[in-house]
Amino acid sequence: MNFFQSITSALDIVLEKDPTSVIFGEDVAFGGVFRCTVGLKDKYGKERVFNSPLSEQGIVSFGIGIAAAGATAIAEIQFADYIFPAFDQIHNEAAYFRYRSGNQFDCGGLTIRAPSGAVGHGAIYHSQSPEAYFAHIPGIKVVVPRGPIQAKGLLLSCIRDKNPCIFFEPKILYRSAVEDVPFGDYMIPLSEAEVLSEGTDVTLVGWGTQVHVLRDVALMAQEKLNVSCELIDLRTILPWDVDTIAKSVVKTGKLLIAHEAPLTGGFAAEIASTIQSECFLNLEAPIQRVCGYDTPFPHVFEPFYMPDKWRCFEAVKKLVGY
Amino acid sequence: MLSVCFKSIRPVNRSWLNFSYQLVNNYATASEASFETNPCKLHKLDQGPSTNVTVSRDDALKYYREMQMIRRMETVAGNLYKSKIIRGFCHLYSGQEAICVGMEAAIKKEDAVITAYRAHGWSYIRGVSILGVLAELTGRVSGCALGKGGSMHMYNDNFFGGNGIVGAQVPLGAGIAFAKKYTNADEICITLYGDGAANQGQLFEAYNMAKLWNLPCIFVCENNGYAMGTSLDRSSASTTYYTRGDYIPGVQVDGMDVLAVRECTKFARDFVLKNGPILIEASTYRYSGHSMSDPGTSYRTREEVQEVRERRDPISKFKERIQTSNLATPEEIKKIDQEVRKLVDEAAEQAKTDPELPLEELYNKIYYQPPSNYKVRGCDPSILAPST
Repeated sequence: MNFFQSITSALDIVLEKDPTSVIFGEDVAFGGVFRCTVGLKDKYGKERVFNSPLSEQGIVSFGIGIAAAGATAIAEIQFADYIFPAFDQIHNEAAYFRYRSGNQFDCGGLTIRAPSGAVGHGAIYHSQSPEAYFAHIPGIKVVVPRGPIQAKGLLLSCIRDKNPCIFFEPKILYRSAVEDVPFGDYMIPLSEAEVLSEGTDVTLVGWGTQVHVLRDVALMAQEKLNVSCELIDLRTILPWDVDTIAKSVVKTGKLLIAHEAPLTGGFAAEIASTIQSECFLNLEAPIQRVCGYDTPFPHVFEPFYMPDKWRCFEAVKKLVGY
Repeated sequence: MLSVCFKSIRPVNRSWLNFSYQLVNNYATASEASFETNPCKLHKLDQGPSTNVTVSRDDALKYYREMQMIRRMETVAGNLYKSKIIRGFCHLYSGQEAICVGMEAAIKKEDAVITAYRAHGWSYIRGVSILGVLAELTGRVSGCALGKGGSMHMYNDNFFGGNGIVGAQVPLGAGIAFAKKYTNADEICITLYGDGAANQGQLFEAYNMAKLWNLPCIFVCENNGYAMGTSLDRSSASTTYYTRGDYIPGVQVDGMDVLAVRECTKFARDFVLKNGPILIEASTYRYSGHSMSDPGTSYRTREEVQEVRERRDPISKFKERIQTSNLATPEEIKKIDQEVRKLVDEAAEQAKTDPELPLEELYNKIYYQPPSNYKVRGCDPSILAPST
């Protein structure tokens, strides 16, 4: 099963088991531009899987209403780059509904799916990774899976979580990532990072596509520098798992965080700040952040902008050479 | 959807019989000709554009050439995309040529235009060269935004783009019209969007402000029948887009007829300078998918596309008109076709081989005059450059 098929599989399970669940968004009825909802309209009917007009603010706010009334709303924003017209609804309406109503109302049944991240040729409006904007909003959860097995389990958790969730799907993985995804129903807990390979010298933290880049970096570091890296997939950006990373840094004393979004104000900044506070005496080198540049996402210069394995490898060298 | 097409096909055919000049001749003897166009549908207007339009031979040949140029450019762009020389996104204008050509013919150079991402035709008609469009798509320095913007991001004097986010350009267009009015410029802004974007909330905010302050803004809904993969009757509660400005008068024009579009735009231009905003719905059709990743066949039949190509195509229809009315001979038309092909092919070749921008440009034009010690954060120190 590839990544987009694992998403379809998760949605299929939800539609089958939860009669209140509905899926809507731009072009989802005919399968969506990335084919994540293929066949679901035919199987469950056009009352449950339906196209919305091109209105991101409308899609999200409509979803808040559905969820507030007790149903399960799965909204698709066609590209994460287009989510901003809905920013107000996500921020001021969805995230704070529970708090401001003294827990009388909430929209926990809402999950917003959006393809994000670089794809090799997407240029300015089909490449962005906006997770850090949403990490600043108490009341929502933000999740980024790294592959098909994770995607299915984490998406099922998001949909069933009683808080509004944003699920960013790294679009380059839709077809390129293939794994033996279980057909059945399973969930992967939110707010738990996963240690993918243990190491002793440097902690590498990433999410989504960047996990695969860091896996290469760990191999290169082992081969070329004889440096042992511990690789962690953060998985949930908000609320995030401080413990797993802090424990690792206590062991290694060195931390590298990498993401595609621009450096300034990126989520790596939050991790670095927290870890220096939690692990101050354990740190043996300044925390390294390898991120996108502080430029708009470029067109022909994408290869330079990306925090690729060479840039990350340089940062590992800096850490161990400090 | 087909029924929508047919509705506008039938009267068009009837109008073909109403030429003032019906003789076919080997020599183009007519210096001008008049035609009857379909009457426009009107909303909150007592009188609409004239249905009797006159075109000179020179203008007719110009419009034909411009439409062919765009058609050929889009065919070549599609091919460049398929051969992976254009990467990313690419939204073709084929089928909609009569709108930009007809509108440009009715406005002044100083008038402003702002459109969405299906911008290639508009870029060309607003003065960007074929190379400027194609090289922007291939990301070369000869592109109209130096290759920095890529697909969708094309600009020229009084052409404010080329905007990628659905509907986001519409309030900007109202703002541009405000500036025109504020500076007593006697100029207008044409603000375009598609039938899909017509459902974005910000359009209605823009309508309200434009009418509240009576801005010289022509809102134009290029209705090609499909919002990406969703046909209009499945996305819009009201598909009479020319009425959706409610308190703003509206006109529905045959967007496949360059002369009708020109006449309608002339009417609208006069109107907005005197009375404030108007809304034009130009009924048209896109032959390709929404973008290159959409084959354009999963939500409509091949027969439907073929049907439009045969019966409503803006270029072949116009060609037939100008030939039967003796404004141009088949030889002249053929000569234009050959020239167009040659020019576009040459531009395409150059768009493939021109260089990309130097890497420093990655850091430039993020801010106006950044502080002299400003460096773009996050960059690899080995290629770190100051930003200008």
